[in-house]
Amino acid sequence: MNKTKEALARRIVSDDKVTFGFWIYLMTDCLIFASLFAVYVVQRSATAGGPSSNELFDLPFVLVETLLLLTSSFICGLMVLAAQAHRKNLVIIGLIATGLLGAGFLAMELTEFSHLISEGYGWQRSGFLTAFFTLVATHGLHISVGMLWLFVMIYRVSRVGITPATLRKLTLFSLFWHFLDVIWIFIFTIVYMIGVL
Amino acid sequence: MLGKLSLDALPHDPIMMGGAATVVGALIFGALIVTFLKRWKWLWSEYFTSLDPKKIGVMYLIVALLMLLRGFADTLMLRAQQVLSTGDSQGILSADHFQQVFSAHGTIMIFFVAMGLIFGLINLLVPLMIGARDVAFPLLNSVSFWLYIAGVALINGSLIIGEFSAAGWLAYPPLSTLEFSPGVGVDYWIWALQISGIGSLLSGINFLVTIFKMRAPGMTLMKMPIFVWSVACSMVLVAFAFPILTATLSMLSLDRLIGTHFFTSDMGGNPMMYINLIWAWGHPEVYILILPAFGLFSEIVATFSRKRLFGYTSMVWALALITVLSFTVWLHHFFTMGAGANVNAFFGIMTAVIAIPTGIKVFNWLFTMYHGRIKFATPMKWFLGFVVTFTLGGVTGVLMSVPAIDFQVHNTLFLVAHFHNMIIGGVVFGIFAGITYWFPKIFGFKLNERLGTYAFWCWLIGFLLAFVPLYALGLMGAARRLDHYDPSMGWQGLFVVAGIGVAVLGLGMFFQVLQLVYSIWKRNENRDTTGDPWNGRTLEWSVPSPVPVYNFTHIPTVTSRDDFWETKQHPQADTRVPFEAIELPKNSGFGFAIGVLSALAGFAIIWHIFWLAGVATVAIILFVIIRTTGEHDSEIVLSAVEVEQIDAAARRKMTAGVKK
Repeated sequence: MNKTKEALARRIVSDDKVTFGFWIYLMTDCLIFASLFAVYVVQRSATAGGPSSNELFDLPFVLVETLLLLTSSFICGLMVLAAQAHRKNLVIIGLIATGLLGAGFLAMELTEFSHLISEGYGWQRSGFLTAFFTLVATHGLHISVGMLWLFVMIYRVSRVGITPATLRKLTLFSLFWHFLDVIWIFIFTIVYMIGVL
Repeated sequence: MLGKLSLDALPHDPIMMGGAATVVGALIFGALIVTFLKRWKWLWSEYFTSLDPKKIGVMYLIVALLMLLRGFADTLMLRAQQVLSTGDSQGILSADHFQQVFSAHGTIMIFFVAMGLIFGLINLLVPLMIGARDVAFPLLNSVSFWLYIAGVALINGSLIIGEFSAAGWLAYPPLSTLEFSPGVGVDYWIWALQISGIGSLLSGINFLVTIFKMRAPGMTLMKMPIFVWSVACSMVLVAFAFPILTATLSMLSLDRLIGTHFFTSDMGGNPMMYINLIWAWGHPEVYILILPAFGLFSEIVATFSRKRLFGYTSMVWALALITVLSFTVWLHHFFTMGAGANVNAFFGIMTAVIAIPTGIKVFNWLFTMYHGRIKFATPMKWFLGFVVTFTLGGVTGVLMSVPAIDFQVHNTLFLVAHFHNMIIGGVVFGIFAGITYWFPKIFGFKLNERLGTYAFWCWLIGFLLAFVPLYALGLMGAARRLDHYDPSMGWQGLFVVAGIGVAVLGLGMFFQVLQLVYSIWKRNENRDTTGDPWNGRTLEWSVPSPVPVYNFTHIPTVTSRDDFWETKQHPQADTRVPFEAIELPKNSGFGFAIGVLSALAGFAIIWHIFWLAGVATVAIILFVIIRTTGEHDSEIVLSAVEVEQIDAAARRKMTAGVKK
């Protein structure tokens, strides 16, 4: 009895470490994005005779993209609530829904990219497009990593159910997913909304 | 299939072949020794796969000290070139090779010597000082170490296959862009730094969590040893600065790989943006190195003055202030960029301001010695040498914080002398003091004091001889990185003096190697029989030397600053608490595998072997997924009986070898 209590106490302390460490990791990742944002702001007007942001961006299209990601984040939040209630099937459904919306977001992003590239406005065209592609694609890369993580979590939840370890991993995943959401809000504002002004 | 790789990548020039032969020879020699001693299995199970931060720390120290020899070999070539290459003589190196050598020298000394030594000492000391058995994430710690080794492998690999960057230690564009550096040198630079930099970032996160979550009960923040504070501040800087490096190196790499225009000189690229970004990392980096050195000295001066550290609280605030201010001074590296008088004035003032907390620390150390009963052991000698050289370097730094003066000495040898003054007189002296001071704790015996003293004097005199002439040369207008100069400048005499200084530094290193060998040979005469050879103050001296795998049989309860010292002043009845079972992380080859795969991926990208880079990256991802999802039995448990046996054996061993 005493032994299990002790083990549990230790587990909680170690959970605390992992969560704290993950928060610090997120902040460092945030700084990578901060660097890319700074570069984008500096490079925004460096169009080298090519198109500028207000000639390229299709705001309604990006708005739909944004809503997909926001909805996926919302469902991800519900998924964690389901996990806390130990409702395994709901968690799996939530994860799948989050993943589908994330995939939709990625598909739209890639459509936008291929559209720009096919018109000859790839990243080689100008300093502005370099900064744009790198910032948005870095976010997209993170989303892809999140999707991979998500698949692994679906596999794990279906196999071992909601153990304390799984619950913690789901919580960390949702932190990551919400973080990417916040970054996207900044991309939407600084790149797209200010871009079409 | 093999990208840009072909037989032409092997060295042809005799000096370059010599470098390659040395690296290959050293590797073969090392492998032969291990094979001859039949130690491969031991090396694998006791070190390579160990998650014990003490062993990881020792590995960091060994590799970093070997890299110090490599970086010093570069120094010898640079100094020889500048002594000889004037007038008709072209010296011993071609201009291109000279550029590669100074680029490699700077990169190796900062990333693979200073960082390696600092992380080695942090691994060795932080868990012990906070009364913990381990770091927060032992496996991640091993990954960090092997990523560092991957960087070391790449930068030394560039000696054998291909070439190294000739663009200086920070690879400024547009010189480092594909247009002006089409070879693989800059790619070697990028990927060696990128991979080891990610390792440093992970270490930063790891030690922040360790310090904030794993202190012994009772150890509030203001009761932490000052070294732990300095590491906490340094790791905050790592967490804030290294992401910028990661992003910047990625951008430079994209410019070279897929034709983006971040830093190119055409199509809207902006080279000055790189210089801003790299120094937004680079200036905090200097403090990442020096803050732990400050911490080491603070512990040493208190111990050898038999007094508690003067002004502990102001020391902590000074550290915190330096941490914040270090992000507000980066522009002083390029006042000449033309940002305008007001911008330069702001950064000049901030640079001068950062000298204030540093000055507070110097005075606190001096006041710690005041009225102390000072023991002039070798660590204390390094400390006193540091006070002199570091203050000199600080003063020249404040001089250069004035933009008008900086315009005069920008990119001259004056600057080179200044930062060597801070790095050698500050960081390196601190590390040597630290290694000497904690050596008995790590290995169970002291280093020879006499040879250590010789080494110290050689370093101090050699340092002054090598760098004071550079200050003068800088004021006389000698630019840095010159492979040739005109005799009419009248510089050769001072370059000769600097060359002599480097020879004296070399003598100092010779004494250090001798000291190590001699001390190992005579180890039974210098055994640490008590676990507390210097009459120390902090928790690590309360356990046997060398420290058992679990650090503490019982996690101590801390009631005051310098808790061990206080306990010694008020000895209490030995209340025997029963031993208890201890959980420790199991060995794992995971970190080693990630390191090897990362080095492979880096090598493949450098040579444009993209399929291999893809395979290695997918393998890394698979390893991570398998490791993090599987329900591994990742811990072993030492039973109470085993702990008791190990403890008794450790205490027996301390006194066993001593001749009566």
